[in-house]
Amino acid sequence: MFALIPLFPLIGAVVNGLVGIRWFSRRAVGATAVGAAGLSFAAAVAAFAGLVRAADPVAVKTLFTWVPASLVRTASGSLASLRFDMAFRYDSLAAVMTLVVTGVGLLIHIYSLGYMAHDRSYARFFAFMNLFTFAMLILVLGANLGVMFIGWEGVGLSSYLLIGFWFSKDSAASAGKKAFITNRVGDLGFLLGTGLLAYALGTIDITGIAAGVEGGALARGTATAAALLLFLGATGKSAQIPLYTWLPDAMEGPTPVSALIHAATMVTAGVYMVARLHVLFTFSGTALTVVALTGAFTAVYAATMGVVQTDIKRVLAYSTISQIGTMFIGLGVGAYAAGIFHLMTHAFFKSLLFLAAGSVIHALSGEQDLRKMGGLRSRIPRTYRVFLVGALAISGIPGLSGFFSKDEILASAFASGNYLVWALGLAGAALTAFYTFRLIFLAFHGDERFDAETGRRLRESPRAMLVPLEILAALAIAGGYPGLPRLFGGGAWFRRFLEPSTGAPELHIGAGTEILLMLVSVAAAAAAIFGAHAIYVTHRGGPARRFAEKHRTLYRTVFRKYYVDEFYDRVIVGGIFALGRIADLFDRRVIDGLVDGAAGLTKRISRWAIRFDEGAVDGAVNGVGRIHLSASALLRRLQTGRIYNYALAVVVGVIVVITLAVVVL
Amino acid sequence: MIPIEAIVVLGLLLFAVGFVGVVVRKNLVVMLMSLELLLNGANILLVGFGRRLGSPRGSIFALFVIIMAVSEAAVGFALVLAYFRRTKSYDADALDDLKG
Repeated sequence: MFALIPLFPLIGAVVNGLVGIRWFSRRAVGATAVGAAGLSFAAAVAAFAGLVRAADPVAVKTLFTWVPASLVRTASGSLASLRFDMAFRYDSLAAVMTLVVTGVGLLIHIYSLGYMAHDRSYARFFAFMNLFTFAMLILVLGANLGVMFIGWEGVGLSSYLLIGFWFSKDSAASAGKKAFITNRVGDLGFLLGTGLLAYALGTIDITGIAAGVEGGALARGTATAAALLLFLGATGKSAQIPLYTWLPDAMEGPTPVSALIHAATMVTAGVYMVARLHVLFTFSGTALTVVALTGAFTAVYAATMGVVQTDIKRVLAYSTISQIGTMFIGLGVGAYAAGIFHLMTHAFFKSLLFLAAGSVIHALSGEQDLRKMGGLRSRIPRTYRVFLVGALAISGIPGLSGFFSKDEILASAFASGNYLVWALGLAGAALTAFYTFRLIFLAFHGDERFDAETGRRLRESPRAMLVPLEILAALAIAGGYPGLPRLFGGGAWFRRFLEPSTGAPELHIGAGTEILLMLVSVAAAAAAIFGAHAIYVTHRGGPARRFAEKHRTLYRTVFRKYYVDEFYDRVIVGGIFALGRIADLFDRRVIDGLVDGAAGLTKRISRWAIRFDEGAVDGAVNGVGRIHLSASALLRRLQTGRIYNYALAVVVGVIVVITLAVVVL
Repeated sequence: MIPIEAIVVLGLLLFAVGFVGVVVRKNLVVMLMSLELLLNGANILLVGFGRRLGSPRGSIFALFVIIMAVSEAAVGFALVLAYFRRTKSYDADALDDLKG
């Protein structure tokens, strides 16, 4: 049943990509793509319903054997038969991921019908979107790291294709390349980690890895190395320090792409992968700490950059990096279910924010600069309302989804005793509330700063865009209730549902502490929101400008994204170029020298051969000719051409012959 | 009965005259005529020796030679005529295309 989920987007991608691109009307293209996404969602819901009823928490469906069994000697010296299949694994974790991917994906497909309505490459866009959905589903359904890697690379490819969708624009094309190449660095880590596990355990099957780790077949150091290599892959895909630089540039893609790939689904692949292999990470311990610290630092670091961005989509991009950092905090303190919970709620409210931002951009004829917005609240009220819902959810205001998931993560971090991680997470959350409301106040409140022409054409987006937005807004509110903690009378149903896949974290925390922690984080968020209101509404951004002028160096450093792009450019790209130049020199001097030397030697030898040819061989040939010439010069005298001479010769000859005959006989 | 020696002498004389004619003269027509003399010298010897041996074979062979001589003369004179048409001359010395 669940094997059908990725089938529909594949069909949609193939049909639209091969047939639709030439022969379909826009309506047919849209129907194919949305139909594929819808059927896939229906299959995901059906599979989910089946899982809830089923007795067995894990179902595996093998399509065919991919790599047949071969005996390998593992690191411990024992023989193991390494084989893996093209197999799908469906459990509660996969259920949550497929529901999020297909559900949010379906809404974004519908939204794209309106958003991309005027684009020339309509069919190409939808083919890529379906292709992405397919790859993402393969990634979350893969029963072993091999199948996961297919999806892992597939989403990287479709991400590249969609970032560079408007490839005639130079910045879009290079942003696509940047995303792809940065991801390749992470992918290498993923591949090496997979290889190390295959070498150490003789299996790359999810079940097999968990069994091997729990059975003590893995040394702790090897586990840490494998986990860290895999986590390097996660930092690439999920845009964490140090491989996050591609995500803000990825905003060059169309906004639905940013919402689907670079907010809701693909960038959470790293979170999913760590949760999927939680046994390995938990066993290593060190790797888990690295995950938590990376997440915590990224959460704050990216949030600071979000505060100063002026491009509406880039603010949200840094927000995404920061939020994924928060998810990694959850994973890193062992609260895997909380991380996945935040992944789900984030998928709702972040895609909502992105799509609402798309609606703003659409209304303003393509304007993305916050400095040229303002006062949109009354002009596009429906967009404003859903944007506000998303902002409240991401800020962690009680009652909305983000509050439950983020507080569960922060409470887990506090409970784990790693107070640095908790403090960073809290700071990240406060900054998130601040920049999100800065965005709202700049875009929707205050004076209208766009020009008159844009204002005249300004109107609310079409229904195809608004309806998905309102559904997502509903989800952003309600999405937290499946995970309602016991404290509020909920049963933490979400965590218990995920328990077979991610284990049950021990939360040693009293109800009083939990309430206190919630109060702290809500107070921080509220303070941030009121602060943003005071700065950007009451004082019209004056304090922010004064602060930037006073601390110009600091402001510039943050605004230029801590010069990390420049640093990577200098050190890594420059280093590779330098290496290339050295290789070039080696080529020119040594290799070319050898080649040229060989050529010179050949030339010299052939010159000798020429001399031999001309002297000896030609001499012999010409000599023979010359001998014949001189001999014939003598003989030609006999040929007088006069008949009587010949006649005389005949007679003389006859006489001689007869005489000889007479004499001899 | 004519003695065979006389016949041999006559034949040799005719042959000698023809030979000298062929070798010495430069006129193509004369050379062809001398060739006839050569052949006829040989014919006389054939007929003479045939008679002497009492066999008709010599005479028969002479007849063959005569027929051959006729055709040779026909071809030869045709060639000479063709040559004359081109060069307006009977001179054999001019016919030295084969000179090496």
